[in-house]
Amino acid sequence: MNKVLLRVEGLRTFFFTRKGVVKAVDGVSFYVREGETFGLVGESACGKTVTALSILRLLPEPAGQIVGGKIILDGTNLLELHKNEMRKYRGKVISMILQDPMTSLNPVYTVGDQIAESVRLHQGLHDEKVEEEVISALRLLKIPSPEVIMRDYPFQLSGGMRQRAVGAIAMSCHPRLLIADEPTTALDATIQAQYIALFKDIQKKTNVAIMFITHDFGVVANMCHRVGVMYAGKIIETATTREIFKAPKHPYTSALMNSVPRLDQKGERLYSIKGQPPSLRDLPPGCRFFPRCPVAEDICHQQEPSEVEISQGHFVSCWRVK
Amino acid sequence: MADVLLEGRDLTKHYPITKGLLQRIVGWVRAVDGISFTIERGKTLSLVGESGAGKTTTAKAVLLQEKLTSGTIFFEGKDLSHFSPSQLKTEYRPRLGSVQQNPWSSMDPRMKVRDIIAEPLVVNTKQTKQQIRSRVPELLEQVGLSAEHAENYPHEFSGGQRQRIAVARAMALNPSLVVLDEPVSALDVSIRAQIMNLLKDLQEQYNLSYLVIAHNLATVRYMSHTVAIMYLGQIMEYGEAEELFERPLHPYTKALISASLLTLPEDEDKGVKKIILSGEMPSPLNPPSGCRFHTRCTEAVPECGQTIPPLRDVGGGHKVACNKA
Repeated sequence: MNKVLLRVEGLRTFFFTRKGVVKAVDGVSFYVREGETFGLVGESACGKTVTALSILRLLPEPAGQIVGGKIILDGTNLLELHKNEMRKYRGKVISMILQDPMTSLNPVYTVGDQIAESVRLHQGLHDEKVEEEVISALRLLKIPSPEVIMRDYPFQLSGGMRQRAVGAIAMSCHPRLLIADEPTTALDATIQAQYIALFKDIQKKTNVAIMFITHDFGVVANMCHRVGVMYAGKIIETATTREIFKAPKHPYTSALMNSVPRLDQKGERLYSIKGQPPSLRDLPPGCRFFPRCPVAEDICHQQEPSEVEISQGHFVSCWRVK
Repeated sequence: MADVLLEGRDLTKHYPITKGLLQRIVGWVRAVDGISFTIERGKTLSLVGESGAGKTTTAKAVLLQEKLTSGTIFFEGKDLSHFSPSQLKTEYRPRLGSVQQNPWSSMDPRMKVRDIIAEPLVVNTKQTKQQIRSRVPELLEQVGLSAEHAENYPHEFSGGQRQRIAVARAMALNPSLVVLDEPVSALDVSIRAQIMNLLKDLQEQYNLSYLVIAHNLATVRYMSHTVAIMYLGQIMEYGEAEELFERPLHPYTKALISASLLTLPEDEDKGVKKIILSGEMPSPLNPPSGCRFHTRCTEAVPECGQTIPPLRDVGGGHKVACNKA
């Protein structure tokens, strides 16, 4: 088995606002191995993106603060690094792909220039060498005729090609960890399938570890090796993809899966989870899912459940699971 | 005999591209290019396809927000082109409702929910303020909200609740047909099921017809009775939802289904492979000759680049436009 590249332990990221403290991430632990894709699944505002931004230390300070935990990348705790040292990691060792390529690309620079920016910064190469690297990054993302495309501006490309260009920027410095935040959500179905196949291929070639943030279980099934399901700032279940689809243990995980219509099943009535996720400013006591949980017991609203390992690598935080 | 509420026949919408000071027309964007469909009373027709397929243009044509280049829409058997503007206003428009994709941009943030829901009534009916005021709580309760919500502003609601408000507004005039443009794709996964169930309940209760626009096939299968798969302004395959998803005939439908199916790791062990199409949808400005899909088709033969396959019936109303199927 590959060695663990990233280990996040008890991460807590809070936002201090005038209206109170928002506990966006409240005790999140997981690890990602080299050459592995770890999926972080959950609904909006469950803390997926804040977890990613905490790893990159790109939180909007001073409101957003990491108040506890460790982020260990290959033996180094990123939270103890000086700002300037962290800058050497960002874009080089860890890189990120965002959801909407239209907002993550700069409209007034060519695609080539934008890839060259990080190559120059992190690899200190000269112009000719830079161009070689840019072209090889575009090739890695299977962009046709890279010598031409590199001189194009983002608006000249289609949505799928733009997202590939973003991928080329992220992969240009050969990162060891890639954080992809809903990279396929803005894409059409057939283009999404292309993009996922492409990244599986890139991972085989480069052994990059991928942390894949999504709300779509279909993408998880297709792309991820292991999954963590997040709810209201906590990971409530972690398991391999096989295990989570075969035997989801947390009531939220199974409810979420049952509420998504399946193409291969003729569904009569969809199961729907009542209510909405709690406000992160004012969390319920006990288990966070308790107000919406169909199988809650008395203890669930008195005490927060702790994480139990029910089988090798399968962790669940629920009182009902023993 | 099926009870047809609305029929579109050979609908075409071409947008001109102009150039220069004189606005010379230099080309046409063929957004919708000769499509036909029927919507039965109490049933759902879904238009499915990727962006640029012409789904929204079709819906806009039905809502009279776009003027067709050619083609006819029949409503309850009557040709809409024979309607005068005032007839359209009194006899057609009030029979339609519409729900947009994004509940954050489809409502005026400065209006109270009460006024948002009442607006169609104020515009289209001669009801008194009193009558309208009493209708609003009814509508709110119909969509699973409570009467007190009427005094709030849209920003006080979550996405799911806002979409419920949008549904209430669409229901205000007791329409026969509601156009739903991606009604759940902006919502969170756990909320989508709530809204889809609500829409199904309303359909049953009021015998509503829906024209749904969606790109998520699983949602479509759950919501629809009839499905039209669109590509570059044309219908590639058309038929009853169950038939179409169980026995897809067009290579494009097959690829779409394959891309949307859940493939678990154990399926991959068994050798199940997704169909990955190469390339992207060509520009509707200059669509490919012959079959519009042939440039990306996995089963294309040279003939496909030359002859346009007609949409032909292969039995039981299942239609497909492919030379090979």
